[in-house]
Amino acid sequence: MIVARTGNEAMAEAMRQINPDVVAAYPITPATEVVQLFASFVADGQVTTEFVPAESEHSALSACVGASAAGARVMTSTSSQGLALMHEILFIAAGLRLPIVICLVNRALSSPINIHCDHSDSLASRDSGWLQIFTENTQEAYDTTIMAVKMAEEIMLPAMVTTDGFIISHGMERIELIDDEKVPKWLGERKVVNNLLDVDNPITLGMLDLQDYYFEHKRQEIEAMNNCLPIIEKVQKEFGDTFGRYYPIVDEYKMEDAEVAILAMGSTGGTGKVAVDRMREKGKKVGLIRCRIYRPFPKEAMLNAIMKVKVLGVMDRADTLSTLGGHLYNDCRSILYESAKKPLMKNYIYGLGGRDISIEEIEEVFEQLLKIKDTGRIDKDIVYYGVRGE
Amino acid sequence: MKKEKKGWKDLPIGLAWKSGSSKEFETGDWRSDKPIWDEKKCTHCLICWIYCPDSAIIIKDGKVQGIDYKYCKGCGICAEECPPKIKAITMVREEK
Ligand code: SF4
Ligand code: SF4
Repeated sequence: MIVARTGNEAMAEAMRQINPDVVAAYPITPATEVVQLFASFVADGQVTTEFVPAESEHSALSACVGASAAGARVMTSTSSQGLALMHEILFIAAGLRLPIVICLVNRALSSPINIHCDHSDSLASRDSGWLQIFTENTQEAYDTTIMAVKMAEEIMLPAMVTTDGFIISHGMERIELIDDEKVPKWLGERKVVNNLLDVDNPITLGMLDLQDYYFEHKRQEIEAMNNCLPIIEKVQKEFGDTFGRYYPIVDEYKMEDAEVAILAMGSTGGTGKVAVDRMREKGKKVGLIRCRIYRPFPKEAMLNAIMKVKVLGVMDRADTLSTLGGHLYNDCRSILYESAKKPLMKNYIYGLGGRDISIEEIEEVFEQLLKIKDTGRIDKDIVYYGVRGE
Repeated sequence: MKKEKKGWKDLPIGLAWKSGSSKEFETGDWRSDKPIWDEKKCTHCLICWIYCPDSAIIIKDGKVQGIDYKYCKGCGICAEECPPKIKAITMVREEK
């Protein structure tokens, strides 16, 4: 069925079709609508979900942890400060290997207070042991929300699926919905390894580990993250084979003969593709790489993509405040350490707090990268692009 | 007694363990002071039993039998709470 939906509506629709056992949530701009719409599905009897309106995000995710440990299929949604308030529990969910899925609408972290998009919220949770998938548009947000449930359950790690706040969450697009009954059928039942409610085999969860076993348990969790990319790939293929829409680990656009490229995440991938088309019309050999799966970091697929070009412009919609540039930039520099061939790299920190990035500005970035290709010189490796006074 | 500990590949996934396993966690290892109970002075009022945070006061038929040193971590609460006129418990330095 073809419909017009905002990103939030699309994620809520996905949740309705998934019909999770438990959703515990607290509203926060710009993710409010996801659970608000979902609450009305509950009230209207369109889902059989137990809905827990919690008094904070910390409580919401705690309720999710409890429900997931009891064997339920569990989802929630949040943004920015809400995710920050969940921070403590993020690690607990991952450590307990609970496949909770968060529909995360990316929004800048305070201060200053800002309700618009950047990636500082999810990237601040980068090391919590959650899968992180950045979507480019509404269709992808909808499809990925469904896929994430299967990925999380097979890997036994929680997952966050992100959309860019307001840009995707509130922008309306044409999307194709899957028939209602096909979604639960494709997902199947959650297979539960440890069930807190199995009274015949009582277990304790989250016990004290100290020096004796903490490291061993952490090592297990690390192993799950280290080896889950093939599972992600498999689920994406299963989804494509069933519903006709295929998704890559790393999205490459017009990269076959590209000499320079930009690397970005989220909706800038879409804006950038239009910029690539315009540059191509002018005969410029440019391409775009979009990091879709950000955690685990897809080392090989990313290396394969970025090694194709002579100059790479890494677009980060957040800064690490470490003097070292953005997250993606650091990850890419890290994977290139051992490679004999390295593209010249420039880091563009852009779009903080919802600052717009236009097609023309991305074309300007391409022009700069082409100039670097011609001269072989980078005057400044990290720039703050689109900030006044630079 | 030292038990052989499992490597990470041999542990059950998801931090789950059989319940009631805290019994196997012998907090007595932590002790630097040790309570000594004097059977002759004790009036079996059970105040020490109520206060002991580790359930280390052994009781049988409503009477104190002694102290379970496997779990007693030597906090001294029992000695502190035993009525001053009775003082049936004294703390001494643990000798390893
Ligand atoms: S010293 Fe502390 S732990 Fe030991 S028996 Fe007395 S109250 Fe219990
Ligand atoms: S508090 Fe003292 S007197 Fe009372 S039962 Fe314990 S040891 Fe005996």
